[in-house]
Amino acid sequence: MTELIQPIFQTAAWVAIHAFVPAFIVMNAVLIAGAFLTYVERKVIGHIQLRPGPNRVGPLGLLQPLADGIKLLTKEDIIPAQADRFVFVIAPFFSLVPVIMAYAVIPWGEPTTIMGLLPWLRAFDGWGYIPPAWNPFPLVPEKATLVVSNLNIGVLYILAMSGLSAYGIILAGWGSNSKYALLGGLRSAAQVISYEIAMGLAIVGTLMLAGSLSLVDIVRAQESSFWYILAQPLGFLIFFISGIAETNRAPFDLPEAESEIVAGFHTEYSGMRFAFFFMAEYGAMVIISAMASILYLGGWLPLQLPIPSSVPAIGSALAGADGAVRAVNGALMAIPPIVWMLSKIGFFLFVYIWLRATFPRLRYDQLMHLGWKVMLPLGLANIFVTGLVILVKG
Amino acid sequence: MVNLDQAFFLYFAAMIVVFSIVTITRKNPVYAVMALLVVFFHVAGLYVLLNAEFIAALQVVVYAGAILVLYLFVLMLLSVPREALGAAVHRRWPVYALVGGAAAVEIALLLARSKFAQRPGPYPPDVVREVGSTQAIGTVLFTEFLYPFEVISLVLLVAMIGAIVLTKKWTPAQGGEEGR
Repeated sequence: MTELIQPIFQTAAWVAIHAFVPAFIVMNAVLIAGAFLTYVERKVIGHIQLRPGPNRVGPLGLLQPLADGIKLLTKEDIIPAQADRFVFVIAPFFSLVPVIMAYAVIPWGEPTTIMGLLPWLRAFDGWGYIPPAWNPFPLVPEKATLVVSNLNIGVLYILAMSGLSAYGIILAGWGSNSKYALLGGLRSAAQVISYEIAMGLAIVGTLMLAGSLSLVDIVRAQESSFWYILAQPLGFLIFFISGIAETNRAPFDLPEAESEIVAGFHTEYSGMRFAFFFMAEYGAMVIISAMASILYLGGWLPLQLPIPSSVPAIGSALAGADGAVRAVNGALMAIPPIVWMLSKIGFFLFVYIWLRATFPRLRYDQLMHLGWKVMLPLGLANIFVTGLVILVKG
Repeated sequence: MVNLDQAFFLYFAAMIVVFSIVTITRKNPVYAVMALLVVFFHVAGLYVLLNAEFIAALQVVVYAGAILVLYLFVLMLLSVPREALGAAVHRRWPVYALVGGAAAVEIALLLARSKFAQRPGPYPPDVVREVGSTQAIGTVLFTEFLYPFEVISLVLLVAMIGAIVLTKKWTPAQGGEEGR
């Protein structure tokens, strides 16, 4: 009996340790971060508009997301009488699940032992109480890779998942059986399809430089050369603007334009189902920010200044500064990779919120014009020029 | 005793069959589209089992992420009235059954007797595993199948021009007939 069950136990333990635990950690980190992003957004917009923002619950209002969560959980769950029940109920899941799935391929940093925790776990034998045959701890890896799954098609996988985000919104719009919701759903479908193309084209430039679709390999390629924002400034702009449109954020938030169509696709939703749409939106924002960091700002790599004497143009003038620059680089190197990654993501999230507080919403025809007549040709031109440069430089 | 690969294959295959049937038996087209989405996902799963991750991703990007969204878009605009959804079985079902059955037999015969079933291409699974499915497809597509590839892009161009001609409203100012 033991011989039969033991291999199954080992397989199950392996799957749990290598797949379930990382996925569980990332998923919960994302959901909690998403909740706090609502707080950050209200706080930042508050300060931009010269008001304090949430400041009642906890110190500086830091417990506001918790209070909001409790409120949403305990609110009455209303399903409109004329709605298509099944579609109405399932739409929020269609919205949130692809977003969470996309996190599987995001690399957060260098492989790490988590300050010696993993080797300790590997050697752990339950103080002698766990029989060796049933001990799952030796299956713990020596180093955690900080990516749930390093797919060799990571970029395409993320594009696929972000393309699916349209379903939740369309189904919510249709299932609610409400004019506002339907209009919001239709707008969203048109918007996501339009900007997905520009986003894909913008990424191609980076992929040509890196020669890989794996997000880990793209960061490694930047380690041995330079951050790709230097070579792909146009691609970066197209990617980030399309990303904002893809996540339905201001100034591209037509699907939920409150002055025209109330709350768009989620007009009829309340309580936790409404919260699902919100979490999906914030989760998608983090995904786009993480992608922008990985594709253009070197992911978890620390910022390194060029040594002046190695730059031909200014070499002789600033040769004395070499030592200072080396010292700065050393200090920047000392910051852990995951801190770099998270601060880059944080920077882009701030830009997201900043844009929302600054720009007026586009009109529908302006949105389509920008997507099809500006972003798309520029994306194609970017690929063409990148190809030419690669061809010339060999 | 089945191994893990076979277990996954059986799962994907069973889900594809079940949800294909669900797709064609739903009266409400939105439900049919949702069932079709499940089918597409499981077809992508089959591709992953064949070490064709690239095709799997494209399957989801193109079919699930773009084409099916467009279907849904159109269905929502049409908003099928409930009474027009019709009977459970189309009145001409024997004709369709015959055509479908003939096609199924033909496919089965082709698969059973075809040379393709035995001939290994330049990229058998172990080579694909080595160079990666993306590179394998790229190489084959732009060398061996370059002309078919170009012909397909021409066909797509014709379709695009056709769509523009059909939907564009010509106004007298643009030198065309009004309201064509």
